[in-house]
Amino acid sequence: MTTVLRPHAEDQYADELAILAKSDDRPRPPGWKLSPWAVTTYLLGDDAYPGGPITPKYIGPRRIVEVAVATLATDRALLLLGVPGTAKTWLSEHLAAAVSGDSTLLVQGTAGTAEEAIRYGWNYARLLAEGPSREALTPSPVMRAMAEGRLARVEELTRMPSDVQDALITVLSEKTLPIPELNEEVQAAKGFNVIATANDRDRGVNELSSALRRRFNTVVLPTPATPDEEVDIVSRRVSQLGRSLELPDTPAGLEEIRRVVTVFRELRSGVTSDGRTKVKSPSGTLSTAEAISVLTSGIALAAHFGDGVLRPADVAAGIVGAVIQDPVSDRVVWQEYLETVVRERKDWRDFYRACRDAS
Amino acid sequence: MRAELERLSPGIVLIEGPPEADALVGLAADPDMEPPVALLAHVPGDPTKAAFWPFATFSPEWQALRYAAQAGIPARFCDLPAAHSLAMRSEQDDPADLEDGPAPGADPAGDEPDRDSGSSSDEQGLGSGPSGNRPGTGSGASPDGPESPGGPNPSGEAARAGFRGDPIGALAAAAGYDDPERWWEDAVEHRGDTPFEVIAEAMAAVREGYTPDEYEARREAYMRRTIRAAVKEGFTDIVVVCGAWHVPALTQASTAVADDRVLKGMPKVKAEMTWVPWTHGRLASWSGYGAGITSPGWYHHLFENPVQPIERWLTKAARVLREEGLPVSSAHVIESVRLANSLAVLRGRPLAGLAEVTEAARAVLCEGDELPVELIQRQLVVGESLGHVPDATPMVPLQRHLRDEQRRLRLKPEALSRDYDLDLRKPLDLDRSKLLHRLRVLGVPWGVPRETRGKGTFKESWTLEWHPEYDITLIEAAACGVTVPAAATTKIQEVAGPADTRSPGLPGAPTGEAGSVSLADLTGLVEQCLLADLPDALPHVLTAIGDRAALDHDVRHLMSALPALVRAQRYGDVRGTPAEGLGSIVTSLLARSCAGLSPAVTGLDDDTAREMVAQIDAVTTAVTLLDDPPPDPIPGATAGTSADSGAGPDVGASRGLGAGAEHAAREAATAEPVPGTVPEPATGSAVQSASEYDAASVGEYVSAVTPKSRWLAALRGVADRADAPGVIEGRVVRILFDAEIIDDADDRMARAMSLGHPPVRVAAWIEGFLSGGGLMLVHDARLLAMVDGWLTGLRGDAFVDVLPLLRRTFGAFAPPERRAIGSRVAAGATVPTEITYDAGQAAGAVQTVLAILGRA
Repeated sequence: MTTVLRPHAEDQYADELAILAKSDDRPRPPGWKLSPWAVTTYLLGDDAYPGGPITPKYIGPRRIVEVAVATLATDRALLLLGVPGTAKTWLSEHLAAAVSGDSTLLVQGTAGTAEEAIRYGWNYARLLAEGPSREALTPSPVMRAMAEGRLARVEELTRMPSDVQDALITVLSEKTLPIPELNEEVQAAKGFNVIATANDRDRGVNELSSALRRRFNTVVLPTPATPDEEVDIVSRRVSQLGRSLELPDTPAGLEEIRRVVTVFRELRSGVTSDGRTKVKSPSGTLSTAEAISVLTSGIALAAHFGDGVLRPADVAAGIVGAVIQDPVSDRVVWQEYLETVVRERKDWRDFYRACRDAS
Repeated sequence: MRAELERLSPGIVLIEGPPEADALVGLAADPDMEPPVALLAHVPGDPTKAAFWPFATFSPEWQALRYAAQAGIPARFCDLPAAHSLAMRSEQDDPADLEDGPAPGADPAGDEPDRDSGSSSDEQGLGSGPSGNRPGTGSGASPDGPESPGGPNPSGEAARAGFRGDPIGALAAAAGYDDPERWWEDAVEHRGDTPFEVIAEAMAAVREGYTPDEYEARREAYMRRTIRAAVKEGFTDIVVVCGAWHVPALTQASTAVADDRVLKGMPKVKAEMTWVPWTHGRLASWSGYGAGITSPGWYHHLFENPVQPIERWLTKAARVLREEGLPVSSAHVIESVRLANSLAVLRGRPLAGLAEVTEAARAVLCEGDELPVELIQRQLVVGESLGHVPDATPMVPLQRHLRDEQRRLRLKPEALSRDYDLDLRKPLDLDRSKLLHRLRVLGVPWGVPRETRGKGTFKESWTLEWHPEYDITLIEAAACGVTVPAAATTKIQEVAGPADTRSPGLPGAPTGEAGSVSLADLTGLVEQCLLADLPDALPHVLTAIGDRAALDHDVRHLMSALPALVRAQRYGDVRGTPAEGLGSIVTSLLARSCAGLSPAVTGLDDDTAREMVAQIDAVTTAVTLLDDPPPDPIPGATAGTSADSGAGPDVGASRGLGAGAEHAAREAATAEPVPGTVPEPATGSAVQSASEYDAASVGEYVSAVTPKSRWLAALRGVADRADAPGVIEGRVVRILFDAEIIDDADDRMARAMSLGHPPVRVAAWIEGFLSGGGLMLVHDARLLAMVDGWLTGLRGDAFVDVLPLLRRTFGAFAPPERRAIGSRVAAGATVPTEITYDAGQAAGAVQTVLAILGRA
């Protein structure tokens, strides 16, 4: 077992990528490691793939993956939008891994991201010693992606200051990065493209300029459509995480997972699963990712402090913490939900009691 | 289709449809006739039996009709006559046979899909000459419209039987497609030519081993008989346009005798046919069992633009968005076309279809936003367009029903305006009122209600004036239903919005924004439903209200909705209309208002605060009208009414009674132990929980006793807040004082008027407290005593301080009122206990007043 806490997608799934590359006889766009069809298969999985099963990486509507792949094939940049926890980063990492075999050309957008992160910086020691030269220049991930014809990933695009965002405009429209200091430029090799992710909860943070916006094709990632789909995602990830964190083996009861997913879905959509009662939605996003982390921490609790079986009490504290983000209004929402919905369900008694104790 | 017809140049065209409409074929050539239109068959006098055969421009049937009309060749309908199919349907529709559609008594809207929902693809008919059984007379396989997988299909067979629910679906599954529509598009639409023979063979394969049920066998037998008749008349080239499903049946050998046997003994009703305008929206939404056309606009587009359909479609979409003010450039369109094409390649389709262009529009033109996508969906994909029928068209059943109703109710449509006074206690007038209200729902304001003068709720005054354009509105409304009430019901349901607005949606977007109708509009609809006596529409509207109220965070919306609902409930009682569900909606709305009232009154500016006062007043008046939960509703209701006449601002009526009688009435209303008026301990606990209002206590709080006490408890919570605006606090204290909930009103008044408050707030407080006019001060001794006691208790300099503020309020009273107040104070009538009366002498007056109040 590797000692790396979290291996890159292209390393973790190297065998699957190899299987696909071997049998992929469809035309590949220049610079792509796989054909668009193979990329789609890699992401959506195929149990019956000749050469070995491909595990699904993204569980969700097929059309989303198809649009994303078709976009990258048209040399338009791809913008993945969605509320936090809808697998934007996950999808972009796997897209980059499948298309260019490299998901590490990454720019993380933060309020402090500087233009150098998109263009290039300087190695000041060499700059002073030798004067401006290609050797003294520190390329950014975007610049390297251009030179090598790979995919660059920009995470949390809207968290970057606007002037830094706009540095992308030339890159995306002219496909070139001028270096005026050297009177040179780096032209993008075929296969270069950008995948950006942005959070539409924070839309107002640093709204994209329309000049930049129109260079992206936008794909909005939805929350899982059906309870079964979400339970599938959660249980898959929970067991994967448990394995990689080397937690003691705790059977994450499907029943408990289903319950957490049900609570999250009901609060998120504002209506109970039988469609008969409306409930208020709290201010948090209650994404699938949060459900996963509630369950993972529940498993850790059960394994280390409990009897080794996931009990309602182990997840209750996590759920309450995830739901009540705003101490006043969310508490009202949660109490209402607890008293009107949870209490009525006969087989949820333990859970109700655990939640009462936790909140 | 057109091309095939021209190539074959047949002598006669036979079209799947009811033969009664043969006489109406000529109208199809009328230049005033614009699809989408529908053939409507109905049984005069029986509004529940009706069927529609819709035609759109791209329907093969429509193209065949137009071709025949222009080429001057006869066109006939060859399906089973509507006279039989309508009659048979009512026979067949016993509950055991749900497959065949809803029960005969059902709303016609529910009935139609059974006829027009033929699988979008299966009607891809091909005609077939009768070459199968009569070689030499036919022209071989003949064509049918390739243009429309979605052509509205009068054949209901897809919905009519088990496995063949979707023959095209079976073929598509065999070809490895999950979506039959897409298979059809790829396999047939996107080819240059249409392989009619191939389709016929495929259908024959699917039909193998399948025995049609009686109804279908009769339909096909009738088709064969019509073909035979045409052959007998000497036509040599015959083209039959029908669903592909029928082709094998029409080509198989069968004798006239056998067919006659099948056709024998069919039930029959008298059916009449006409054309009615149809809409694309209906083509899409009336697709019965999910087998209809979901995107008529798209097919219309493909039909009109055979060249560069993708480019033109996305350009159109860009136009739609631009009209809405969204910035969409040509570059956007270019990129979206590229994305659509590369998606099509990725999915392995010969040409981008609707799914691909929609994805492209979503990702590029709309930048991932769902709202503009819905706009495109509504305006382009469904493509709202209303058909038009020429004037010569026979009357629609809705008009006929209205005419019958007018005759029955002796109301003549006249162009001159005429006034009617209706007494709703008489059945005739009640029916008239219902008819007028229903027509108003349908957008036909034939009668306009006039202001009634007095005389209670059983009286309505109308001005009737008929305009010719109402006929057009009626024809348009004909698609909603065949009788006035049925059409009005459908209409109200359409306005109230889809029953299920619970689509999960994006988590970021609050689902409450899904509908466009406001809560107040919805409650208005409830009143309309009751006035127009449309009980079937009511549950739908109530569900919509319940859902909206659950998500509405603005208490003022809830409060403004409440009075109308309470009125509706009372009115429903008066009229004897059962309004189930209304009571529980009112209760929950009131509970929500009570819970949210206290936080909602803070931070308001002056104008909003005044509006709030008006709303609080309205709700207070409304809750007194509410029946209290106790089993016997009558005393509660009466108590409510009397309390209303005593406390409401409208004391004019009782002015003549004088102070003594007024007081007696009040005594009667409040002192008598009435079941349902506030029991003391319960009020105490309700007040407790309201003042300490927090989320945890909501449950307990909701269980407080009567609606009125609950509301007053909520008001009490407001009165105890230190930060409510003056005018609201003043008004609330006054309401509580009147209801005798609080006994420290004088302390509160002193506190509110003290120097600690800025003068503006003090002025607002007294304005709120004394609103309702000076008359109340004149007649309500308790109130006057309190104000007087506070005023005389002021120290000299404090009095000087409040004087300007008092002057401001009292200055608004009319001079005679001020004089009356003055004289009352001067007479020393300020101590409440001072009113003493001889019980013997007063007995007569008390008796009379009680009789007036109906409590003797």
